[in-house]
Amino acid sequence: MSEEALEDKWSEHGLTEEEYKRLLRILGRQPNYLELALFGVMWSEHCCYKHSKGELRKLPTEAHFVLQGPGENAGIVDVGEGVGVVFKIESHNHPSAIEPYQGAATGVGGIIRDIFTMGARPAAILDSLRFGPLEGHRVKGLLNGVVAGIGGYGNCMGIPNVGGETFFHPAYSGNPLVNAMCVGFVDTNRVFRGRATGPGNLVLLVGSRTGRDGIKGASFASVELSDSDPDKRHNVQVGDPFMEKLVMEATLEILENGLAVGVQDLGAAGLTCSGCEMASRGRSGIALDLDLVPLREDGLLDWEIMLSESQERMLMVVEPGKLDRVRAICDKWDVPCTAIGKVTDDDCFVLRRGQKVLAVVPSVFLTDKAPAYQPPMSEPPSYQPLKKADVGLAGKIQDIPGLLKKLLASPNIASKRWVYEQYDCTVGANTVLAPSGDAAVLRIPGTRKGLAVTCDCNSRFVALDPYWGTAMAVAEAALNVAVTGARPLAITNCLNFGSPENPEVFWQFSKAVDGLAEAARRLGTPITGGNVSFYNEYDGVPVYPTPVIGMVGVMDDVDNRVPHHFRKEGDHVFLVGRSLEEFGGSELHWLLAGRDEGHVPFLNLDFAARLNAFLADCAKLRYLESAHDCSEGGLAVALLESAATLGLGVSLDWADNISPAAALFGETCSRALVSVSPEKLGQFMGYLQDFNLPHTQLGRVAGDGLISVRYNGAGLLHEELKGLLGLWEGALAGMAGI
Amino acid sequence: MRLKAAIVVFPGSNCDRDCARAWEFVTGGKASFVWHKESSMEDCDVVILPGGFSFGDYLRSGAIARFSPVMAEVARLAKRGSLVLGICNGFQILTEAGLLPGSLIRNSGLKYVCKDVFVRVENVSSPFTGRYEEGQVLRIPISHGEGNYNAPGDVLERLRDEGRVVLRYSDPSGRVGPDTAPNGSADSIAGVLGEGGNVLGIMPHPERVSDRQLGGTDGAAFWESMVDSLRVKGIRV
Repeated sequence: MSEEALEDKWSEHGLTEEEYKRLLRILGRQPNYLELALFGVMWSEHCCYKHSKGELRKLPTEAHFVLQGPGENAGIVDVGEGVGVVFKIESHNHPSAIEPYQGAATGVGGIIRDIFTMGARPAAILDSLRFGPLEGHRVKGLLNGVVAGIGGYGNCMGIPNVGGETFFHPAYSGNPLVNAMCVGFVDTNRVFRGRATGPGNLVLLVGSRTGRDGIKGASFASVELSDSDPDKRHNVQVGDPFMEKLVMEATLEILENGLAVGVQDLGAAGLTCSGCEMASRGRSGIALDLDLVPLREDGLLDWEIMLSESQERMLMVVEPGKLDRVRAICDKWDVPCTAIGKVTDDDCFVLRRGQKVLAVVPSVFLTDKAPAYQPPMSEPPSYQPLKKADVGLAGKIQDIPGLLKKLLASPNIASKRWVYEQYDCTVGANTVLAPSGDAAVLRIPGTRKGLAVTCDCNSRFVALDPYWGTAMAVAEAALNVAVTGARPLAITNCLNFGSPENPEVFWQFSKAVDGLAEAARRLGTPITGGNVSFYNEYDGVPVYPTPVIGMVGVMDDVDNRVPHHFRKEGDHVFLVGRSLEEFGGSELHWLLAGRDEGHVPFLNLDFAARLNAFLADCAKLRYLESAHDCSEGGLAVALLESAATLGLGVSLDWADNISPAAALFGETCSRALVSVSPEKLGQFMGYLQDFNLPHTQLGRVAGDGLISVRYNGAGLLHEELKGLLGLWEGALAGMAGI
Repeated sequence: MRLKAAIVVFPGSNCDRDCARAWEFVTGGKASFVWHKESSMEDCDVVILPGGFSFGDYLRSGAIARFSPVMAEVARLAKRGSLVLGICNGFQILTEAGLLPGSLIRNSGLKYVCKDVFVRVENVSSPFTGRYEEGQVLRIPISHGEGNYNAPGDVLERLRDEGRVVLRYSDPSGRVGPDTAPNGSADSIAGVLGEGGNVLGIMPHPERVSDRQLGGTDGAAFWESMVDSLRVKGIRV
């Protein structure tokens, strides 16, 4: 091919002129078409994080309990007794925008592979979803498709979906967000990593045949969406959860028997990414023969084989002497398994067809030595004015019961039952606290311990203040873990942003990473991995910055777990933490004004850490009957959620110096709604004093099914719980139907 | 004699381990796994077909699994009088294999449903339900996309007349009506017995509520009942 023709191609492969020149320097010659394709995809934002690498170095990643930090397929924390918790979150935003069912399904499939690749049996899935306003056929179709896709894949795999979040906002109208998190358990003596070592060892491709689906998915993830995107349907992979189940069982059996040297799943950029990453991590080379790759159809071109993102495939490095045993396990599960190459002792990624050499590239240049940028950033001009907007509501609110009803029926506050009932949440027989509360709790097999898992982000706050908004997402995730009685342990994150080439977006990103780093450090929860998803834009408009925080925490005895719901009439109800006159970025302000503005709630990270410690201690001492985080919609919504499960009412009467609206609907950080039995009241109050935590004794749990609230001597609410629940539980199903 | 329990594992089964754990937790006995490609099984006293998505539920749930080599053995053991329990996908496989009447079609709501439901125990003389009381209401999870039980009118009538409807979906008080089935099942049927009385298919998952830690124990008596009915024959865990 002539030089001119090639130059047309570098932009086709997503490279810039600068990057192409860098490539010429590395190779010392012209790349051929296939080599150009390899570099194009590996140097895409999706694979090499070229815009985010520099920022991500700011994150704290170490602690004595971290067995595996960022850089592998998933992070691992040691929870004692020989058990490691493997966990990671990832986005599948663009595929889901184009083809919601398959996009979401393969997002789940991909994150599950990341977990069992490490030798862990996946134990739970969570999903974090964001859509435009729930009106009109398009968004309803997206919601229905995405939820069905997540359920379809996870249910078939037999991995319970135990929690998540669903949020609707115009900021996501053109570009929905679909993030999936998976958590698994591994024997700490049997952790596997994605490394190709031992020259002469065989490289096996295990699982599905390779087809034309999902070609260039990684590059597709690295550009903005626009109107022409239905044409990109061929970039979306198609999932086969049954094949993945077989691949998972076969892989786990191979790993349990110690038959593999290294394993890596094939995800973004398919064989290219997995091959060169394994070689690069193992500091060795890999030579593959494309003639040996089993294909779905004849005639796939070299670059198509290398960039195909056909799902349910694993790359495994195996010693030649163990091949027969590996084959026998694959045969048992009817999983295709083919040797397609070898580990070599040079550092090159070599592709051949028989004797014909197609490409020779030093693998480290595809991975660790990919370009890195420090893009320019600038504070958006809207930042200061939005922050200073007056969101004071004191005295403006008349009809509190009416407002509560409106809030309960709004899609962001309404019960998400319509979503989570489509997911199997109890398969695996480890789910002890299911999706309706704060964090979900699983029992950790072979121990008495419990694992709390959650994912959270209130992107309204991040949009208004990326630094504090992100810190608040960390604090909320930690509090969700702590209210169940677990100690927050570690974080995985999915940073969903617009284009990093837009200085204002990159400013948001940089501030968000700063806030994430600070909160993680102060709460003692290191970051063990995650995913950056840029280019979440539609026709040039970026989504709200959405750093989703996935968090795990552990409790020593799973029987000490605390549910979120009230349990007995007569129990005392407390709010631990202090409420302030804060409405910035609140659901209430959105409901009334249709805008997100104002100063975000104040967050004191030291206080948050103290509250978490207090809650975990109280759970251990069995002081608490229930505990629930106050977040979107404030105390009023937390009360309703706590009352809903058993249909118990509350009778509350307290005084404070903030407005009634702020007391009920304000979204001040670091507050927990707890209930305590009369027998434990004295001990609990003594412990509150030991911790010197501000708190309010609100009243008692009632058996009459009434939500009755008096505040500063005036009656604010006197409502039948049943009526409120009808609104709250029915709203989403009513709106989601197509 | 020692009680022998086996759990059949199809490709795509995913409640196999949960069933083994519940069986062991409740009865104290062991259950062995039998791979679907086995063409001979020892003479087990209890055979469990667990839930999941055998063969991905492709074509139709249970439609491919019924051709697995092990199914001839399951039929032989059913004929021999062993207790055969199919849960969820196991129930679907048993109907496809002709070991139970009727079929399980797409939920009437057209969506997968996972939630706790209430079922009323209709027949306590079966070897699977002896520990329950007639009319007892159980709180137990379902999790399926195709649990809508259907059969021709005369078959439904026979099932009713012969007391072979073992579980019906109800409300918490035990009332059964056309509105109490979460999936549209005819006659609110949640579980049926085979002709010989030793094969049972149920859609709810007792293995998920057999341990207090999981929030309920209403499923435990299924395992206990089976052990009881075998003990009478001198077979012990």
